Amino acid sequence: MSAEAISEQPSPSGLEITVPVRDEKNTPGWFLARAEAAWTEFQKLPMPGIKDENWRYSSSKKIELADHTPAAAPTAANTAAALAATQGLKERAARFVFVNDVLVESDTANLPAGVVCVTFADALRDHGEVLKQHFMQREMTLGSAKFAALHLAHVKAGVVVIVPKNVAIEKPVEIFHWVVGDHAAIFPHTLVVTGDNAEVSVVDHYRSLEGEGGLSIAIADLVGGRGSKITYAACQELADDAQALHLSSIVAGRDAAVKSFQVQLGASFSRSESVSDLIGEGSRSDMLSVSLPIGEQVVDQRTLQNHKAPHASSDLLYKNALYGKSRSIFSGLITVDEGAHYTDAYQTCRNLLNSNEAEATSLPGLEISADQVKCSHGATSGPISDEELFYLKARGISDSESRKLIIEGFLAGVIERFGNGELLDTLVARIDEKLERAE
Amino acid sequence: MSLEIKALHAQIPGREILKGLNLTINPGEVHAIMGPNGSGKSTLSKVLCGHEDYEVTSGEVLLDGENILDMEVDARSRAGLFLAFQYPHEIPGVSNANFLRAALKARLPKGEDIDAVKFYKQLYARMDQLEMDRSFTSRSVNEGFSGGEKKRNEILQLMMLEPKYAILDETDSGLDIDALKIVSRGVNAMRSENRGFLVITHYQRLLNYIQPDIVHVLKDGRIVKTGGKELSLELEERGYDWVTDESLVAAA
Repeated sequence: MSAEAISEQPSPSGLEITVPVRDEKNTPGWFLARAEAAWTEFQKLPMPGIKDENWRYSSSKKIELADHTPAAAPTAANTAAALAATQGLKERAARFVFVNDVLVESDTANLPAGVVCVTFADALRDHGEVLKQHFMQREMTLGSAKFAALHLAHVKAGVVVIVPKNVAIEKPVEIFHWVVGDHAAIFPHTLVVTGDNAEVSVVDHYRSLEGEGGLSIAIADLVGGRGSKITYAACQELADDAQALHLSSIVAGRDAAVKSFQVQLGASFSRSESVSDLIGEGSRSDMLSVSLPIGEQVVDQRTLQNHKAPHASSDLLYKNALYGKSRSIFSGLITVDEGAHYTDAYQTCRNLLNSNEAEATSLPGLEISADQVKCSHGATSGPISDEELFYLKARGISDSESRKLIIEGFLAGVIERFGNGELLDTLVARIDEKLERAE
Repeated sequence: MSLEIKALHAQIPGREILKGLNLTINPGEVHAIMGPNGSGKSTLSKVLCGHEDYEVTSGEVLLDGENILDMEVDARSRAGLFLAFQYPHEIPGVSNANFLRAALKARLPKGEDIDAVKFYKQLYARMDQLEMDRSFTSRSVNEGFSGGEKKRNEILQLMMLEPKYAILDETDSGLDIDALKIVSRGVNAMRSENRGFLVITHYQRLLNYIQPDIVHVLKDGRIVKTGGKELSLELEERGYDWVTDESLVAAA
């Protein structure tokens, strides 16, 4: 049966999104089997209902699968426009640009020897064993199992980075995912695996070129080997009418340190689910996020800090600055397994409301089954302090400029924890641009 | 040219605090206002700056002839009024340098920016005068500052913004003697024939270091006694209670 014939059939779940078409000749059998199983699972699983705890205060209806079709291959004009709009880092180890899940440019000239940094398709062909071991191995427990299955069924784009033992990639690997066309859906994947004492920094950008209501269902698997360091940023700046789902799974081995950063600036609805599995003694996960919803944007954040080994630490800091009628939902859980003694786990969500109509909901949680544990969680939500505002205005700074300074300052606390350098400056500049737009 | 406060009445909901206050500060003059707690000293400073908790029910405040009571808080500052806060606020994440740059930029025509090199040269010179470490430029405004550091930071802002009229609200509170000397030196360096000061203080001690030309006693929302420098010396000698008592008689 041809792909077109299939796409004209309504799918069994009533969704317009089509059965994935794969190049069966060039795709390994094990992966085809997984993708097919995932498609079956996707169709079998119900859409999460309003009573689903993982979708409290939100709604899976925000992800309008019915309207979407997998993005078509880009035209030459699309590619040219995307490349023109891609302003990446000057100092980088590698760069990949995808448009509608098709690779249109890559530059890997500055990578140290021994590093694997290839497209998902190339990794399937050449590094199947690594993928078998690390690609989407975690059960999706934060609510998006159905969407993860859809991702697996469709995934063909993205980057796989495998850093061997004792190798450090000093500059970031930067990946751009552009979506173009009305109701086009993309399914980008990022897999980062580090060997003992390796170091790498990866940044994913999700952006819209043109067209109405794009959809990105992206997944990042970050697997930190013994004593290694991974720094990862997902910077979502899709168009205001797009929808974004980003699911990340972090596995930190012995003494590994993983720092992940969610920057949510675009989309009418953006949901992130981030899980850290601290499986190695002395491992660490820093989970950071900033968002700046304006208008009627909704930001939905679900997190899990899962302590399975002793002497591990995790520290989550999420900050949302809300404008207009926007909403944020944060739901975070820390679990400390039996035997994960001497755990340090912290979770903080802070919301700054710049409008009376904005609304922030926080649902923090703790489940501790070990001893000698230091855990805390806290959520705050409130308007800009009148006294802070008065202080700035009393120095001649206008009301809007004062608010901007305060909000930048509010978010700076997270951004500075992420690190510094050109990547940080880029992120700050993007946030400033959004702030200008919020005014 | 002067800062003229005419028959000023101001209240918080349900309570009148300023009850017909008159005061004229000419450029070049340093006025001190003293008074017991609750007399309206801090209210006066907040009302002049336009704090929204206070409602002006009648009276005028003219800054070089222009009524500032209809102006927004930020416009009053740009018109040349400065308040050194008694309790300066902390602004997490906003560096001192960025804050000062924003304040100076707000005084330029739209689209123009300040010269960064000149800015830092001036900033460092002023910080040296106040014996402030260079690290204060990158630290968040007042965050984690000691009481004395916050007050020095207020005077640094005064020095950078060069207002026409400066109000110092209990700048001496929380300062040890060394910090008081440094802060006073900064203020004295800013005294000029083009600038008027209003020094609000609970204690006479500050006036040993910032010598006033005119001293007023504020009581129950009105100025009840005005004198020269000698009035503050008299206060030092005879105690503060005596003045309060006398002004009660005077007001009766």
